[in-house]
Amino acid sequence: MTASAHMQAPDTDPGYNFAYLDEATKRMIRRTLLKAIAIPGHQIPFGAREMPLPYGWGTGGIQVTASILGPDDTLKVIDQGADDTTNAVSIRRFFHRVAGVRTTTRTAEATIIQTRHRIPERPLTEGQVMVFQVPMPEPLFKLEPRLAETRRLHALGDYSLAQVKLYEDIARQGEGGSSYSHPVMVNHRYLMSPSPIPGFDNPKLHMSPALMLFGAGREKKIYAVPPYTSVVSLDFDDHPFRPVRAPHACAACGSTTSYLDEIVTDDRGGRMFVCSDTDHCAENQMARKAAE
Amino acid sequence: MKTGFTDPVLDAQAGFRALMQAMARPGRVQQVIPPPELPAGLEAAAAATILTLADAETPLWTDAGEEARAWITFHTGAPLVAEPASAMLLLNTGATMPALATLHAGEDETPQDGATLIRQVTGLAEGSGWRLTGPGIEREHHLAVMGVPGDFPAQWRANAARFPRGVDVVLCAGGRLAALPRSVALREGG
Repeated sequence: MTASAHMQAPDTDPGYNFAYLDEATKRMIRRTLLKAIAIPGHQIPFGAREMPLPYGWGTGGIQVTASILGPDDTLKVIDQGADDTTNAVSIRRFFHRVAGVRTTTRTAEATIIQTRHRIPERPLTEGQVMVFQVPMPEPLFKLEPRLAETRRLHALGDYSLAQVKLYEDIARQGEGGSSYSHPVMVNHRYLMSPSPIPGFDNPKLHMSPALMLFGAGREKKIYAVPPYTSVVSLDFDDHPFRPVRAPHACAACGSTTSYLDEIVTDDRGGRMFVCSDTDHCAENQMARKAAE
Repeated sequence: MKTGFTDPVLDAQAGFRALMQAMARPGRVQQVIPPPELPAGLEAAAAATILTLADAETPLWTDAGEEARAWITFHTGAPLVAEPASAMLLLNTGATMPALATLHAGEDETPQDGATLIRQVTGLAEGSGWRLTGPGIEREHHLAVMGVPGDFPAQWRANAARFPRGVDVVLCAGGRLAALPRSVALREGG
């Protein structure tokens, strides 16, 4: 029995290496991550492994998390802002089982936050690492289907296709056409997909104190945004990027600043708006209760 | 043969987190978990970096002595290469440093193939010395490095000028390390 087995929580499954992946795979992913950090926003191919859940359920994010995770970490997993959805619960239980790490739903307590399509409302800190699950890492894929060609466009820094697309959206409908997955320029060099986070979250990538790692399992790509790095949503001087939020207050906590989900409540057009970030909403409700 | 990490799984994880933090926050000095025994000529941080990153897939160049070479081959299986230009990892312990311009810098479409130079230096200190700016640094970090060639800042400027191609450097002193990703700009004297 190795020393690492002794340090794991008692209910850790002894049939797996720490954090599931074998050490050679972790080394390969770790080397890729270091290069991704050194070249902010540049997509790097990696040998994505089969994971015990299907592509599209966060295999890229899980492999990144498994490669950086240590026994001292506290892991939070969110799916569209919520800690209690199937994907988030399954991934949290997976890492508790194969790595014995502490898990949490509190943003403030987490050292690693794996996310599907949101960035928490609470400002991140230098001690935190975000891991994004990415379905399609190539920001140009709807404009140029040939990957060999998109690689060349990234090498040349030629993003005119994306600018023309944005121009056409504005010319036709008066504003940019993407409410999520709106492409960003990283460190003034690479055009990057922020993963399908709402445009509302794009500004949180800019000069964040936290390290941001992106893993795409099916597409086998890893990329990163280091802390305190310029991340600018693609826009024009006379049509600046505007993050959009539903013009309502959260029905549960009353927040007028958080990103809201629209929930249909009946078949007569009834609807309500609540925070997408469940931890943030719970904190607000507690604070409100304490104040009363 | 000297042993490797006490715990090959968790010590490598700790070593990687130190490297990841160093690369993400250039100029901040990180601490590694040292291997319990070290071959002649290798200090803890450089040895831990090799054990963390090297394996059969990483052609490695080193100017370290015979014992260190045998130790690296035994513990990592990394193929040793004679030419610095054909290496993916370089472990540099001697007085002379291979010129950054001669190392593999990747290509425009594949800049990630640029080499990683692990240079053992005599001292690292935060707060004075080179002024570093760029991704990972809120305003500026200062890093004093003892034991690199006098023309290192000039070499670094040439390296940074060909971004996104380039070489990344890990500076190791004793059990501590700091990193210079190719994206960072370096100026001498505050």
